[in-house]
Amino acid sequence: MSELILRLNAQAKSTVLSFQEYFTLAWNSLRFIFARPFYTQDVIQQMDEIGVKSLGIVLLTGLFTGMVLALQSSVQLQTFGATMYIGRLVAGSMIRELGPVLAGLMVAGRVGSGIAAQLGSMRVTEQIDALNTLGTDPIKKLATPRVLAALIMVPVLTIINDLVGIIGGNIIARFMVGLPTSLYWRTVWEQIASGGFTFRYIPNDFVQGLTKPLVFGAIISITGCFFGLRTTGGTEGVGLATTKTVVTSSILILIVDYFLTQLLLSILVVS
Amino acid sequence: MNEKTRRTGDRTSGHVRAAIRKELAADDRNEAAEPEAKPADGQPVIELQNVSLAFDVPIIEDISLTAKQSETVVIVGESGTGKSTILKLILRLLVPDEGRVLIDGEDITPLSFEEALQVRQKMGMVFQGAALFDSLTVFENVAYPLREHTDLDEGEIEKRVREKLQFVDLEPDEVLEKLPSELSGGMRKRVGIARGMANDPEVMLYDEPTSGLDPLTTGTITRLILKLQRELGVTSIVVSHDIRSVFRMATRVALLHDHKIVFSGTPEEMSAAEDPYIRDFLGGT
Repeated sequence: MSELILRLNAQAKSTVLSFQEYFTLAWNSLRFIFARPFYTQDVIQQMDEIGVKSLGIVLLTGLFTGMVLALQSSVQLQTFGATMYIGRLVAGSMIRELGPVLAGLMVAGRVGSGIAAQLGSMRVTEQIDALNTLGTDPIKKLATPRVLAALIMVPVLTIINDLVGIIGGNIIARFMVGLPTSLYWRTVWEQIASGGFTFRYIPNDFVQGLTKPLVFGAIISITGCFFGLRTTGGTEGVGLATTKTVVTSSILILIVDYFLTQLLLSILVVS
Repeated sequence: MNEKTRRTGDRTSGHVRAAIRKELAADDRNEAAEPEAKPADGQPVIELQNVSLAFDVPIIEDISLTAKQSETVVIVGESGTGKSTILKLILRLLVPDEGRVLIDGEDITPLSFEEALQVRQKMGMVFQGAALFDSLTVFENVAYPLREHTDLDEGEIEKRVREKLQFVDLEPDEVLEKLPSELSGGMRKRVGIARGMANDPEVMLYDEPTSGLDPLTTGTITRLILKLQRELGVTSIVVSHDIRSVFRMATRVALLHDHKIVFSGTPEEMSAAEDPYIRDFLGGT
């Protein structure tokens, strides 16, 4: 019995410690964005790695999500004779929810795993120790450029995802339902405008749709760095770190998405 | 075996023989030029005072060790006795539970993370697997500490990198643009040494510099460590279990057993020691 309590105690301690480490890493990697030295070249390289190289999967995800949304909603709306509102439905779901979440999940799979694998193998081959020895803070050199690049690139990828999704919806609306393109885009704009505006000109849907990927970008990159940097146990450990990163960041994205939506909906009042 | 392969075989063994001859000749030259194990009488550069460290289980217990100016202290012992931990304590990658670690008389245990980064610049470390940054070329690897901590212009950096590569007997033009994955184990180690000494540190630390290398390359690396000590007066701490090279380069040897230092003295004192564990250790290798 006492052994069970001891084990639970140890488990609880290590969990709390992990949380603390996670938030320390998050704080430091964000803080170092504004601290010298700036590793500009690493940031640009990571923007290419995280952003440009994820373009393919994001384009495909966006296109097919938009197409299937239009297809499904056309069937639903047909029963009410309201197929002209396909644009509203596609735009609403893409910009507010599916765009950010799907881009986030795809990037978590592609980029989060990559970050964990790279930093993990640097850890097990003592390259992280080598950085420390050469007087470089590994968080500043490795984590911060990745976090900054993700903060910039995940929102950009999301915008592309949204746009391609809405175009995909347009293709289906035009060729499968026979809705004129001009009408489709007019309803898309109606949807965006109906959500109200922040500072008179920025649609609330855009604020919601861009706050989310910013947060998801942080989650993906910090989780990848966290599991990568604390890798132990050789190549097997690297594999484990990769898996943990993808699972943890995907789940975090979905959970945080819910609470973020609730928060944003309460802040962004329709005006 | 046909004529052709036999001839190829002969040529290979000829190469090896020539290489061994060259190696032995080089050995003789070095040993003739300067006697081994100069007694050091300088200031203590590295000092460990009653240092203990434990992660659930004890790693090292009550260890005291001093390395004076331009001394080479070799730490030997079985695997898993905490040899590499001592190097990490000196670099302050780890902080001891008890005791003090002094570099140039300054206690580094209470330093903050940023202050520790500064102290580490006095030291060059050669890792067991070289730990070269695998996304960077040889040039960028060796230039790394220079770019990170000096304001030298590119021309000066390239000059220094070439100098360091030549010092470790590598032909700069052949290796500069290569990636670490394209190098052999021995070459990687040498690039690791070049990177470690790029900033002209006063202390060099080596973690198993000769493990996993063939006897010829082991000889080359051992000679390099000696060369660094003799020509540049660098204080070195070497973790090793290759007894033959230990005796060639050490001014002092510390033997670690059961997380404690059980012997510390000159190589001569070690070979003369009566202690059964030391005799076992020397005889077993």
